[in-house]
Amino acid sequence: MLTIFINGEEVKAKSGRTILQVALDAGIYIPHLCYHPDLTPAGICRLCIVEVEGKGIVASCQAVVEDGMRVWTETPMVQKARQVSLELILTNHMGDCLSCPKNNECKLQEVASYIGIDEERFKQLRMLAPQFPIDDSNPFFIRDPNRCVLCGICVRTCDEIQGIGAINYAFSGFATTIATFGNKPIVESICESCGECVVRCPTGALTPKERRKPAKEVKTICTYCGVGCSIYLGVRGNEVVSVRGVKESPVNEGRLCVKGRFGYSFINSQDRLSKPLIKRDGKFVEVSWDEALDIVASEFSKYKGNMFAAIGSSRCTNEDNYVIQKFARAVMQTNNVENCARLCHAPTVTGLNIAFGTGGGTNPISDIDNASCIFVIGSNTPVAHPVVGIRIRRAKRRGATLIVADPRRIELCKHADIWLNLRPGSDVALLMGMAKVIYEQGLHDEKFIEERCENFEAFVESLKEFDLDFVEETTGVPRDRIIQAATLYATRKPSLIIYSLGITEHSHGTENVLALANLAMLTGNIGKQGAGVMPLRGQNNVQGACDMGCIPTAFPGYQPVKDDEVRKKFEEAWGCKLSGEPGLTLVEMFREALNGNVKAFYIVGMDPAYTVADASMVQEALRKAEFVVVQDIFMTGTAQFAHVVLPATSFAEKDGTFTNLERRVQLVRKAIEPIGEARPDWWITCEIARRMGAKGFDYSHPSEIMEEIARLTPSFAGISFKRLEVEGIQWPCISPEHMGTPILHVERFNTPTGKGHFSPLHYKPPAEVPDDEYPIVLTTGRSLYHFHLAMTRRVSGLMALHPEERVWINPQDAMKLGISDGDLVKVISRRGEVLTKARVTEEVAQGTAFMTFHFYEVPTNIITNPALCPIAKTPEFKVTAVRIEKANGGS
Amino acid sequence: MMLKDFEAFRLRAMREWQEMHLKPFVTVGTASCGRSVGALETLDAVKDFIAKHSVDCNVLEVGCMGLCYCEPIMGISVPGAPRVFYGKVGAEEAHEILEQHLLRGKPVAKYALGTVGDGIVDGIQNLFENPFFKKQLRRVLSRCGFVEPTNLNHYIATGGYEGFLKALSMEPTQIIEELKNSGLRGRGGAGFPTGLKWELARKSTGDEKYIVCNGAEGDIGAFMDRLIMESDPYSVIEGMTIAGLAVGAKRGYIYVRAEYELAFHVLEKAISTATQHGLLGRDILGTGLQFEVELFKAAGMYICGEETALMNSMEGQRGTPRLRPPFPTQSGLKGMPTVVNNVKTLANVPLILRNGASWFSSVGTEKSKGTVVLSLSGCVERQGVIEVPMGITLREVIYEIGGGIANGRKLKAVQTGGPLGGIIPEWMIDLTLDYETLRDVGSPLGSGGIIALDDRTCMVDVARAFAEFAKKESCGYCIPCRLGTAQIFQILDEIAKGHGKPSDVDLLVSIGEAMKVSCFCAFGQGVPNIVLATLKHFPNEYEEHIRSGRCPISCKLSEGG
Repeated sequence: MLTIFINGEEVKAKSGRTILQVALDAGIYIPHLCYHPDLTPAGICRLCIVEVEGKGIVASCQAVVEDGMRVWTETPMVQKARQVSLELILTNHMGDCLSCPKNNECKLQEVASYIGIDEERFKQLRMLAPQFPIDDSNPFFIRDPNRCVLCGICVRTCDEIQGIGAINYAFSGFATTIATFGNKPIVESICESCGECVVRCPTGALTPKERRKPAKEVKTICTYCGVGCSIYLGVRGNEVVSVRGVKESPVNEGRLCVKGRFGYSFINSQDRLSKPLIKRDGKFVEVSWDEALDIVASEFSKYKGNMFAAIGSSRCTNEDNYVIQKFARAVMQTNNVENCARLCHAPTVTGLNIAFGTGGGTNPISDIDNASCIFVIGSNTPVAHPVVGIRIRRAKRRGATLIVADPRRIELCKHADIWLNLRPGSDVALLMGMAKVIYEQGLHDEKFIEERCENFEAFVESLKEFDLDFVEETTGVPRDRIIQAATLYATRKPSLIIYSLGITEHSHGTENVLALANLAMLTGNIGKQGAGVMPLRGQNNVQGACDMGCIPTAFPGYQPVKDDEVRKKFEEAWGCKLSGEPGLTLVEMFREALNGNVKAFYIVGMDPAYTVADASMVQEALRKAEFVVVQDIFMTGTAQFAHVVLPATSFAEKDGTFTNLERRVQLVRKAIEPIGEARPDWWITCEIARRMGAKGFDYSHPSEIMEEIARLTPSFAGISFKRLEVEGIQWPCISPEHMGTPILHVERFNTPTGKGHFSPLHYKPPAEVPDDEYPIVLTTGRSLYHFHLAMTRRVSGLMALHPEERVWINPQDAMKLGISDGDLVKVISRRGEVLTKARVTEEVAQGTAFMTFHFYEVPTNIITNPALCPIAKTPEFKVTAVRIEKANGGS
Repeated sequence: MMLKDFEAFRLRAMREWQEMHLKPFVTVGTASCGRSVGALETLDAVKDFIAKHSVDCNVLEVGCMGLCYCEPIMGISVPGAPRVFYGKVGAEEAHEILEQHLLRGKPVAKYALGTVGDGIVDGIQNLFENPFFKKQLRRVLSRCGFVEPTNLNHYIATGGYEGFLKALSMEPTQIIEELKNSGLRGRGGAGFPTGLKWELARKSTGDEKYIVCNGAEGDIGAFMDRLIMESDPYSVIEGMTIAGLAVGAKRGYIYVRAEYELAFHVLEKAISTATQHGLLGRDILGTGLQFEVELFKAAGMYICGEETALMNSMEGQRGTPRLRPPFPTQSGLKGMPTVVNNVKTLANVPLILRNGASWFSSVGTEKSKGTVVLSLSGCVERQGVIEVPMGITLREVIYEIGGGIANGRKLKAVQTGGPLGGIIPEWMIDLTLDYETLRDVGSPLGSGGIIALDDRTCMVDVARAFAEFAKKESCGYCIPCRLGTAQIFQILDEIAKGHGKPSDVDLLVSIGEAMKVSCFCAFGQGVPNIVLATLKHFPNEYEEHIRSGRCPISCKLSEGG
């Protein structure tokens, strides 16, 4: 602690802080315009100048404090110089404050109000009005250079926080402006529309196009991806008009991505389902809740047992999902209950369960800041989990080593120290190859393996298959890069593995996950700060849907249905007999419907007709089923197949909890009243249950549901809405006094023996390899601007940024096929074909192609491969053999 | 070449140099200033003449002596007689002179500037008795105009690399002591003690260290760095090599402004020649010492002459200055300890090592030791590049060396130090030229540009011209400079054109004073100087412009006149 003197007053200061920071912390105002606490100081505006005895006049934002320093913030010279600088700014700035969107929130107004101007002198100054064109190209915000003071906050934000530097200073002197590369409109640059610059701009230079300010703000959790950013929903009337990040959140620290910040207009969309619908004579007819619920109750009564299948929702709250699985098990007497995790991270749940005893991520997101080496595999993080992606970019800037493994040359490769460009489906070969390199070089953590793991010898034996010749040939990655990556991962500790669907969505997805777990245990990179295995769960509550037991094999908390003790506990709590026979997995449910064994579906918040591989099969199954109920917020593609459609509330219209990819349970708060006659999902399910005569479905508020969950689930025992009001809790949280568990497996693993389990593995090629008829490997993934299908297509700004599907083709392949960028092409697989436009790019390797699945018009999953991982039963979305042909004219 | 072979090489070079004088030879100065008035045509004429008359005579292209006012310069040396230098020699004059002097042995006094060497020629004084040269003390400039710039033999024959050889036998700390004792201060303008700068770099830790020669020369009125780079490039290279040895740097860069194409080519050739002879490279003269020099072409902004903006531009970033501390000697190019020295500073280094610190400091003032190279231009009779001891008066420079004001006019003021310098009115020109004196009168020496302004000069227009420069060259990083330079120019422009307001004088002072205090770097802090100086010393001219809307001088420069 140092002591400095500000205007004679003694002030304590931490060494390394600047004069401005110390003054502001002590409640002493020094005017500033270009300073922002999140960014490195720049010394641009010169309004923060102060006089330091012995040093003269310095910019306080950059001057580091020294013990005994004597600072004077308001000497005549300093005041005069500030005034002149301010007056100069005002000669160059549009003066229409009252009509400016930044009115009352503008930092220029703040400094002008404090510094004041010399009116006489100001009148004599020449007006040097800027005349730059306004950039209106981005659908969400406006760039008005005439209101810009060139403080550089936006430039530093894009550089230091977002990590891409899409904008910078251009030209010089009086002609200086902030521009994109080539001075193009912002929408044509690499800008990711995250809006981080917009929220930090001190003037009206960057403002959102939505000008309405909220009347109140409600703190809740974003509904898009599994990161679970903490947000304030801005409400005006019964409309959500803005979203702001919560700075104190350890998850996102106030940052948001384009969807989270700007993609809220789907909530109040005209397309929202607002009344229950029943299909009569092939057309949907609006009915009352009573009528709809009575029909559902009476129909479901006919399908008790394994003829019934329920699908919970990874978009819905923990409470919603708990009630759905309770309904399926207690009322419908079946364990046929699932959620969409089956399609994505089921291999994570099974794999990490086998290896570590818990099927969840082992470290908090903030540990990215603590890792010395980050190994990203099968994750296009800045696109699919943007707020985590920017932490990775920031870690790289900080000096961490970054290894990226992906068949596509994704944006993250630009930041990476090593890019492992493996062929789709060759992950086990790559990872076991790396393990072999580590083992043979003696870089493994012998002590850790000895004390904390088991089955090591069998694992080492299986490494024999993975010599560098084999690995190089199978993966296509040059051997020296494999050796380099392995060595860095093993030696630059602590090392963190981050992965997502590129690892799990394979016919050997569980084995891919086991291979990652092997690597972590081999090097002792698990159970420590900055070291572990971080699966990036996709949906906002897919973690929660699994935790709550919307899976065929377990009750809430992964307590197995087969376990007699466990089942007895639930039977007592719920007052009924329960089946001990594990139910069908998701894809199996639809296959069994085709066989006529499953006859009724209760599908909540999922769009399987367009998101399951071999989607035609699902659509066929839904047509064949006798009674299908779909509960959702929009008329999705799947809802078209329903007999009854029930309108549910979005996250903005109900209370509850979501669990993010860090196992953090966070409170979701109701911000607006339900749209139309929509009702919370938990209420709907309870009503159906009650009308079927069931007991135990009389909750009056979701907090009561959480109380029941806590009573029955040891890992949730300490969680309550009261505690969550304060902050989120990472399970396991075993008692009300327990603080939650940020890092798993610190002392012991959760396996029966307490030891981490090595898995010997063999290489298995993907189920469908390219051949003469289908020579190209199609892999699927996401766009930054869309989340699945129904929600983001209702946000016009997101549709403007990404309006249509395109298949990405390598230029060499395109040339051979006679395809140019923008051509209409057919993508054909063994299961069907889709028509789409081509995007010719070097980002995909020769022999591979890429598509998203975000557009109903191009139902990509018609052609994807439903080959399932035998353990996790997840389809191989990431490897489909296709043929691409130029379409014959026409639309 | 190995170290042990160097002495033999040197003796050979000296012998060649002497033998050169045993045969007739003609020199033509073909540096930039010569070329701009037809030196290449003169050269062609000389070559044609010699060919036509089948004379056994060598023709040498030499650099510039600094006699810019009478280019092109031709020198004729005939064995047994002193060399005679002629000025203003166009193709026709060359013909006439060669006819008389080369063929008939009769020097032509009409065009002669002076003789160099033993012997007397009737009617022609010794060159160094020429009033232009009389008060000069040519140390750094001693070879300029006398040797072929890229001829390594010429360089070594005239004492080149003696300094470096001495340095090789010294400890780095001893080299630095010598520099410190000499009192050499940075000749780029800041005047920071060179020995101290090297010592700081030497003491800093870093994986690599760098020597950067600042050849950006952006000042209006400064052209001496160009002259040195074009006429005696090895002096810079040798200076950098010695610096590398002292500081522990293995790599040097010469940052040359893009407009100096000839300097770039000359330096390129010199670097290549030096490398071929083992004087640069991975293993200099077989001693194991490593020092390699690379040229870097700048991209046009004045601010990139400022050392931190210079380094930013070398790193491929925007050429805007950095916060100091940390200073470049601590963290410079690529974050490594870096010494940035001006061309003239480095050119002094070999001389100091060769002749000793006390030789250097035997002239000059107490705080400003040694000689200073100046560019003298403007309304004097004799413009050029001169080298004088520190402490000479401005009057001596203008009237004795410069020959007073041309066209029978009177001196009004002197502009020193380029755009960040100031204005010295005529009644103050008895002051001595040294860092302290000029800084104290508010008109810093800078890089050494001296522009004489006669009584037909409108001082408002001078201020306006420099303000236009300031506005164009502001990098735009900080607000008071970006907007202040634009504001000041706008006001001066209006005053010059007759639309000024009475309050404008105080307004200019307010803005200027504020900029001096709050701008981020020395550019913004320095550009108000000239305006403020003209306001202080010539307020009546401003009053006249504002009151009557007309220029009292009515010179062609003023558009409102």
